[in-house]
Amino acid sequence: MQTLIAITALGVFCLIAEIFNLRKLLVPVTVVGLLAVLGLTLQLWSIDPALDTRYTSMIAVDGFASAFSTLFVLLTLFLVLMSDTFYQEHPTKFSDFVAIKIFLLAGAVAMVSFTNLSMFFLGIEVLSISLYVLAASKRLDIKSNEAGMKYFLMGSFASGIILFGICLIYGAMMSFDVTFIKEMSRSAELPIWFPIGIILVVIGMLFKIAAAPFHFWAPDVYEGSPALTTATMSTLAKVTAMATLFKLLSVMNADIDSKFQMVIVVVSILSMSIGNLMALRQDNVKRMLAFSGISHAGFMLMALLSISNAGSMLLYYAAAYALAGIAAFAVIVSVTGDGGNETTARFNGLGKTHPLLAAILTASLLSMAGIPIFSGFFAKFMLFSQTIQSGYLFLVIVGVINSIISVGYYFKLILAMYTKEAGEGKQAVPLVYTIVAVLSIAFNIIIGLYPALVTDLLG
Amino acid sequence: MDVTTILLLLLVGAVATFLAGDKLASKVALVFSLGTLGVSLSLLNQLLQGTDISFVGTWIDNPKVALAFKADGLAMAMVLLTTALTPLIVFSSFGNHFNNSKNFYALVLFMAFAMAGTFLAADGLLYYIFWELALIPIYFIALVWGNGDAEERKKAVLKFFIYTLGGSLFMLIAFAYLYSKAGSFLLEDLYNLDLSAGEESWIFLAFFLAYAIKIPIIPFHTWQAKVYQKAPTVGTMLLSGIMLKMGLYSVIRWQLPIAPHAAKEYMPILIGLSIAGVIYGSIVALRQKDLKKLLAYSSLAHVGLIAAGCYTLTLDGLSGAVAQMIAHGFVIVGLFFVAEIIYRRYETRTITDMGGIRTQTPKFTSMFMILVLASVALPGTYNFVGEFTVLYSLSQANLWFAVLGGTTIILGAYYMLKMFQNVMLGETNAKAFADVTSSEAITLVAIIAFLLFFGLYPKPITDLVEPTLKEILAVINK
Repeated sequence: MQTLIAITALGVFCLIAEIFNLRKLLVPVTVVGLLAVLGLTLQLWSIDPALDTRYTSMIAVDGFASAFSTLFVLLTLFLVLMSDTFYQEHPTKFSDFVAIKIFLLAGAVAMVSFTNLSMFFLGIEVLSISLYVLAASKRLDIKSNEAGMKYFLMGSFASGIILFGICLIYGAMMSFDVTFIKEMSRSAELPIWFPIGIILVVIGMLFKIAAAPFHFWAPDVYEGSPALTTATMSTLAKVTAMATLFKLLSVMNADIDSKFQMVIVVVSILSMSIGNLMALRQDNVKRMLAFSGISHAGFMLMALLSISNAGSMLLYYAAAYALAGIAAFAVIVSVTGDGGNETTARFNGLGKTHPLLAAILTASLLSMAGIPIFSGFFAKFMLFSQTIQSGYLFLVIVGVINSIISVGYYFKLILAMYTKEAGEGKQAVPLVYTIVAVLSIAFNIIIGLYPALVTDLLG
Repeated sequence: MDVTTILLLLLVGAVATFLAGDKLASKVALVFSLGTLGVSLSLLNQLLQGTDISFVGTWIDNPKVALAFKADGLAMAMVLLTTALTPLIVFSSFGNHFNNSKNFYALVLFMAFAMAGTFLAADGLLYYIFWELALIPIYFIALVWGNGDAEERKKAVLKFFIYTLGGSLFMLIAFAYLYSKAGSFLLEDLYNLDLSAGEESWIFLAFFLAYAIKIPIIPFHTWQAKVYQKAPTVGTMLLSGIMLKMGLYSVIRWQLPIAPHAAKEYMPILIGLSIAGVIYGSIVALRQKDLKKLLAYSSLAHVGLIAAGCYTLTLDGLSGAVAQMIAHGFVIVGLFFVAEIIYRRYETRTITDMGGIRTQTPKFTSMFMILVLASVALPGTYNFVGEFTVLYSLSQANLWFAVLGGTTIILGAYYMLKMFQNVMLGETNAKAFADVTSSEAITLVAIIAFLLFFGLYPKPITDLVEPTLKEILAVINK
């Protein structure tokens, strides 16, 4: 709870900073603030999680919540670092964008530490509304407006469905408290609308993580939004929603029955296959990463099949995927800037003009494809081996085939960088993007070499 | 000192080469690769004196992955093949100019690091990681520094990458499954695992897919010729000289002992496929006009025979296969270097554009001739030892295998000598052909000396690898 309060205070500070015209100081101060939040989260976690438990039964910070909150703060840190240069053309609105990112983080933290369904819904709404605003933040660009509108329309439907589900759960259990619901769901005979409620909530969450067949919004929204917003959606927002879905299912009914597992298997296979097959056909880099994100959602859904001991694997996968994503987007933003041509042709000859950036993008794509020493390999491997142990060998085989397909489009970008000649002259790259890219890919490789750094966090 | 020194030295060498800058890169790479050769020879000496040079450390607790590097005779033989060929390959490229040579030579050393790691790793996941890791440098070497039309090259290397990665991922599933049974990736634990017949065949097939693509055994060979042709000669040497042997070595080290019953059950099919590769490779080689492609198909024929030797599951078969792996590694590197020497002077790889070189270059001609004869397994060369032992083991299994496998010698002699004739003999070529420079000669002489020395005295290598092969056979036949 202290973490949440601190984050919100930081967000309010960002808003006030606009009044006092502190534009230049804003990012440094916010970064320091986020580092302080990071320290606070780690400290609370190391002392005793119980100290930070149950503020009027709304929030319980356990290992899972702390670990994911730490990851979210780290990702937000990277995103905020890139903001200063990215929003240079929006002199007046700048602090809003930083503030919104901080509030988004608050929503994300609330989503992984709730113990009450109303808090869960609040978290989702804070996160989603921030994203709607960010998606439409390029006010004069028709594509950005379209993205914001589409996302808002579809997203509010999903929120409505989640809310409806929560109402049904309340109707069945007469409580919003998840621990209470968990006990109830084990003992008595359940009213039929309890499982219906759960299914509605899950559908809403599948929409938020952009898993097939609820993925149709993702490519358009990713493509239309400003690149930094796309980065936020595809890394922070996606892993938040995935962690929340995992937490929701694990706190409400630990043993998912086999029929429901079948649904997860089908959704997982659909997401992996549709995401990868469609990504093969894309020429726009952001669209391609949107489809790749859909397929990664499919991979992460495998964690739901062995919910009692897959927490650390999901954390590892989320960290690996999000760090690679941040690194990739840092390079994409530095090449394409704010808008303009975002096709793969834009990356032609990057290996010659900017060897470091090309190497980082290559590394992050290799990580997403699951090639060893990058953490993406261990992420996939642990997920696969866990899934095999739960008896879903064929799902793993589908996953492997999809990994092979994914090489096809990840390497399209690599080929463009190393074999084609650069079209335009060498353009300058802001230092801060390079720093973010180097840091995030370094984290990615470090946890790839020492997976225990992450997997041991959740025992 | 233990075997990790070799790996560390190669890794440090890769970084140092990268930092050394474009001008010094090739020399730094040569120094480090020679240093690694020295270290591995001294380690070999320690191993022969009975010192334990293996290394076991912990890496990850969950899943349980150990940093286990086991150095027995077989592994050391393959590591020595790697560390001996790497300086030769690096040195052979001194006559070429590469853009961004610091990246190029760093990748070469990194590749040597990954391949040495593959040979040494005694933990399944660690082994898999090295196996996969070797793919990245060769991909970039072939892609960035390759020759020929860029679009075709891109297609060829992407196909290569997807093929090999695809095969390997099925091996990864097999490892994940084995881990769920054994609770460990360690080689010994996997050897001791009791699997049902059904499980064994699936695991055997998953491994087979990975290795059949890498070796390659037909019908999984389609990536090979194009990549050999398009890659720069250094890349081709790394691929054919060492990387193919990763697949063959893995058959002996991992596939056969982990799934011995399946290996016995499928033996006729496996040997049949391998020998089909021998005949197919030889016949296709007959028709090639491109020198590098011809060598690629000859390589397909030779590795087919080696694979057949491995799958006989006899001591003769395995030991002949290992001998032939080493001999083939050297001779194919020498032959590709010959192709490169011709290319440096005539800028062509098409055989019909050559001819009439012999009279201008007595030294080059004789060295080329010896390599050709070694390649067709003339008695007195190390290739003869390997090939003969493998054929003998095949005849023990079934006489027809030996008869069909033996066509490699007849057909091989035919296409290699025909190639030699077209390339070297005939009317004196109008274009001048300078005889080999001293640095080119050093590489060729080193290769020839190795092949002739062990051809006459193969005992040291046989003594080195046979104890390990006997242990593996004991596991297979338990």
